Amino acid sequence: MSSTRNVIIIGSGPAGLTAAVYAGRANLQPLMIEGVEAGGQLMLTTEVENFPGFRNGILGPDLMGEMRAQAEKFGSEIIQGNVTSVDLCSQPIVVKTSEGEFRARTLIIATGASARMLGLPSERTLMGHGVSTCATCDGYFFRGREIAVVGGGDSAMEEAVFLTRFASKVTLVHRRDTLRASKIMQDKARANPKIVWMLDHEVEEIKDTGKNEVTSMVLRSNKTKEQTEIPVHGVFVAIGHTPNTSLFRGQLELDQNGYIITHDGAKTSIDGVFACGDVQDHIYRQAITAAGSGCMAAIDAEHYLDHVPEHLASV
Amino acid sequence: MAAEHVQTFTDGNFNDTVLKSGAPVLVDFWAEWCGPCKRLGPTVDALATENVGKVTIGKLNVDENPDTAIKFNIRGIPALMLFKDGQVVESLVGLLPKEDIQKAINKHL
Repeated sequence: MSSTRNVIIIGSGPAGLTAAVYAGRANLQPLMIEGVEAGGQLMLTTEVENFPGFRNGILGPDLMGEMRAQAEKFGSEIIQGNVTSVDLCSQPIVVKTSEGEFRARTLIIATGASARMLGLPSERTLMGHGVSTCATCDGYFFRGREIAVVGGGDSAMEEAVFLTRFASKVTLVHRRDTLRASKIMQDKARANPKIVWMLDHEVEEIKDTGKNEVTSMVLRSNKTKEQTEIPVHGVFVAIGHTPNTSLFRGQLELDQNGYIITHDGAKTSIDGVFACGDVQDHIYRQAITAAGSGCMAAIDAEHYLDHVPEHLASV
Repeated sequence: MAAEHVQTFTDGNFNDTVLKSGAPVLVDFWAEWCGPCKRLGPTVDALATENVGKVTIGKLNVDENPDTAIKFNIRGIPALMLFKDGQVVESLVGLLPKEDIQKAINKHL
């Protein structure tokens, strides 16, 4: 079994990688377990225009590549793999992956959030066969086709506008009659002649699982309860995110939506366990705020290690 | 490191190298602009090294080889398809852990 680390970081988005840069520079030799969705949500984006320091914008995957190289430069060890379980109550903390078991005095949780799905069985079956949560990955395959975007927030507007580059028509489906998206994003979407609106409609079904491709979707009006079937070749789901906290349920204090509750910086309900980024933030959810909270988590971990109770210092 | 065992499939060589192959062939459909595809790259490289002599593993750039992507109805990438005797026997979509991909391969060895 490997020796006890000062700090293990779970997750490799902007929060985790910033924590790694700071912990590395503090000579804590952090171990990062990057997870299946390595690089986080920015890996699914194109141009990032609001990350300070890049006035001409930078591609999301390139930004993550830079952060990763910076973390490695300061001595972070980054390993592939997915954490399967954690024991936060033991000292040292135990983190298991499919490939091994690791122990650490402190843990920084930066597992982020993943795309939320509608929860329809047909949506699961047709994932990758017309149903997608990644417009930048899959928009290309719908050149000249009619598609739908489900959602009413900024990311739904952004995806709808992006997808008009490829699609002949984008139907925007949202279950309410008002949008949650910011005014600037709504205006962009409303000005686009290729986008048509189906507000106040819920998705009942996506067809056709028998053919293993998307041919249409059935919508139901919330007002009249009337059903409408519209022909589409693709359905892009952009209805928000859920925090990746199933590993910690029952061990850490979570809020009613499953986000980790932090206090006094990046501290959680367990001493020596810190959280940063989207896993503990359902409000700002920006690359820069995630990075900022990653920095806080690393500094908090460093302080904790400086004052670690004596009976634990030797473990 | 592992890329030496990874083949490059194209519209031109697909028939001969994949469909007529005697051994099972795993094809990674990817594109330069697809972030998750780039993240899956090292996993595919590692699988290629670990499965030498059992399964042929290679990548197909969907941008440069649209005919094959259309033929197999690719609608989302990264997508992995395992071919055996010219037929698709496994189809996996999205970023998956290496173990899951290996399990899918093992079913057909």
